[in-house]
Amino acid sequence: MADVPDNAPEHCPGTSSEAAGKAPSCEGCPNQNVCASGAAAAPDPDVELVRERMASVRHKLLVLSGKGGVGKSTVAAHLARALADGRDDRQVALLDVDVCGPSAPRILGVEGEQVHQSGSGWSPVYVTDNLSVMSVGFLLARADDAVIWRGPKKNGIIKQFLRDVDWGEVDFLVVDTPPGTSDEHISLVQYLRGSEVDGAVVVTTPQEVALLDVRKEINFCRKVALPIIGVVENMSRFVCPKCETESQIFPPTTGGAAKMCADMGVPFLGALPLDPRIGRCCDEGKSFLTEAPDSPATAAYMQIVDKILSYCKSK
Amino acid sequence: MDIITSKVATSADSDNVTSILEGCPADSAAAGRANVCESCPGRELCLSQGSLDPDQPAIDLRMNAIKHKILVVSGKGGVGKSSMAAALSNGLSTKGKKVGLLDLDICGPSQAQLMGVDGEAVMNTEWGWKPVVSPHTGVKVISVASLLASGEDSLAFRGPRKTALIKRFVKDVFWGRLDYLIIDTPPGTSDEHLTVVKILQNTKPDGAIIVTTPQSVALATVRKEIDFCSKMRVNIIGIVENMSAFACPCCGEVSEIFSSGGGERLAEEFGLAFLGRIPIDPSIAEHGEEGSNLVAASANTTGSQALLKTCDNVIRIIEG
Repeated sequence: MADVPDNAPEHCPGTSSEAAGKAPSCEGCPNQNVCASGAAAAPDPDVELVRERMASVRHKLLVLSGKGGVGKSTVAAHLARALADGRDDRQVALLDVDVCGPSAPRILGVEGEQVHQSGSGWSPVYVTDNLSVMSVGFLLARADDAVIWRGPKKNGIIKQFLRDVDWGEVDFLVVDTPPGTSDEHISLVQYLRGSEVDGAVVVTTPQEVALLDVRKEINFCRKVALPIIGVVENMSRFVCPKCETESQIFPPTTGGAAKMCADMGVPFLGALPLDPRIGRCCDEGKSFLTEAPDSPATAAYMQIVDKILSYCKSK
Repeated sequence: MDIITSKVATSADSDNVTSILEGCPADSAAAGRANVCESCPGRELCLSQGSLDPDQPAIDLRMNAIKHKILVVSGKGGVGKSSMAAALSNGLSTKGKKVGLLDLDICGPSQAQLMGVDGEAVMNTEWGWKPVVSPHTGVKVISVASLLASGEDSLAFRGPRKTALIKRFVKDVFWGRLDYLIIDTPPGTSDEHLTVVKILQNTKPDGAIIVTTPQSVALATVRKEIDFCSKMRVNIIGIVENMSAFACPCCGEVSEIFSSGGGERLAEEFGLAFLGRIPIDPSIAEHGEEGSNLVAASANTTGSQALLKTCDNVIRIIEG
């Protein structure tokens, strides 16, 4: 993806292009000397350090959306739990790069835990013996403190998480992201450039207002050559516990995620229904999959996890 | 400013990595100038944005023509900020006010869809960019969606580019004389929020309406939003609790899908006005899909009634 600085003139060729600093449109640009010297296009040494760190991580999955509040963190946490539960032979990790709204510590029931540091890097917090997590949430002095950081500072902490966390030998690293297609997402893709990412799981809700943003996210993935494992439709329907009438709280007026996937040529991984116990488990830091094993939502989760596992195995 | 202190237990011979976590003064006069700024990649930006902005007089001129400016914020995504901002705009307009709606969500702009102006383009005139006008209520709308050739294009902008675009939305748009400008924001407490608070500083916005859903995971993030408002000296008009409960249309059984009561308890805890409780009403989402006015006189659902009541509470607080 060409990097065009904000103070660049029109028709900037991009700092990483061969014409950087040398094109006619570069005349008068404050960055011209830097670009012409080749410094702007030089590879970031931290990308290599991240690659070394990620060498011990077998599969890397990004959970994205574009739209906020669709359940990225819920899906990412339960995906990590589903991969780890009952599989002592597997090591699973969850990286929460939502700097402004870090939910992972609460959802996984490890709020208030401390991050330790040693010669080999930062140690993540262990939820169970084979499930670890890292989040800005563990680094805050007070949980209610707002992290009011502009983009460059957010990029810095994401780079640190990727470069300095000592995950050890990990089979699956699930990365939970904030909504949007901005600094965090661009940085993740840039820093992971040297490390093979299996792909992205894109989460949406059924209504068009959500799909509008999710189509953009899918196009972002395509622009940055990030493979798309598939789309999960969350909060698909609600079944009344009393009379079992199905209601569609977020109406799929344009065909929901399944139609969007068909139109855009991306796999549809499955639909997750609404179950009030999901929200409660997230609030209490419990696994919905073990608290409500008979819920249709649990069965749906496991089917989606199976599809993701098949995809990873085929890589 | 102690935003993050190191909660990383260090061993004697390890690097001190806490420098990136020490109090970042980005939102103060010391931005770019503190010791901790020396190695920060955002330093140049802070230094340039910390000084006097040559665009400020033009911004002040536009914004002084608008009586009341209200930010709709959350911190948390997907709680209904955009729906609330659209409903508030329509509700105010229905009561005879001249209203503008500014959508600051660059990555996920919803207002063109919600206000029924999807596909309409913003025109450039000699007085500035002319907002598109919602067909149902005459609300003037500016959203990046109205500037994009294709609705499926992603705008993967880093912070500085978003900042530059937001400044243009405020400086270059011909809003004209308005009673209310409702400003819809994306989730988070980052570039967009810092930028809009900074550029409105001379023209004193009335404050922020904070939208939340009842459950703890949302409230945890919303507490940070309250902290943001406090640090940035933004008045909080009050809290709205959205997606409160769902009444089954068949048997009337009430299900608390996203827990209950959290928004009201939060308002009480911080001594803030509780502006209203909006139930989960599928008609709200349906109106959003159609881009129709969900607080129209004809809309007689529990959701629209609750939204109208919330609008009334907001007007009462602002206009006295």
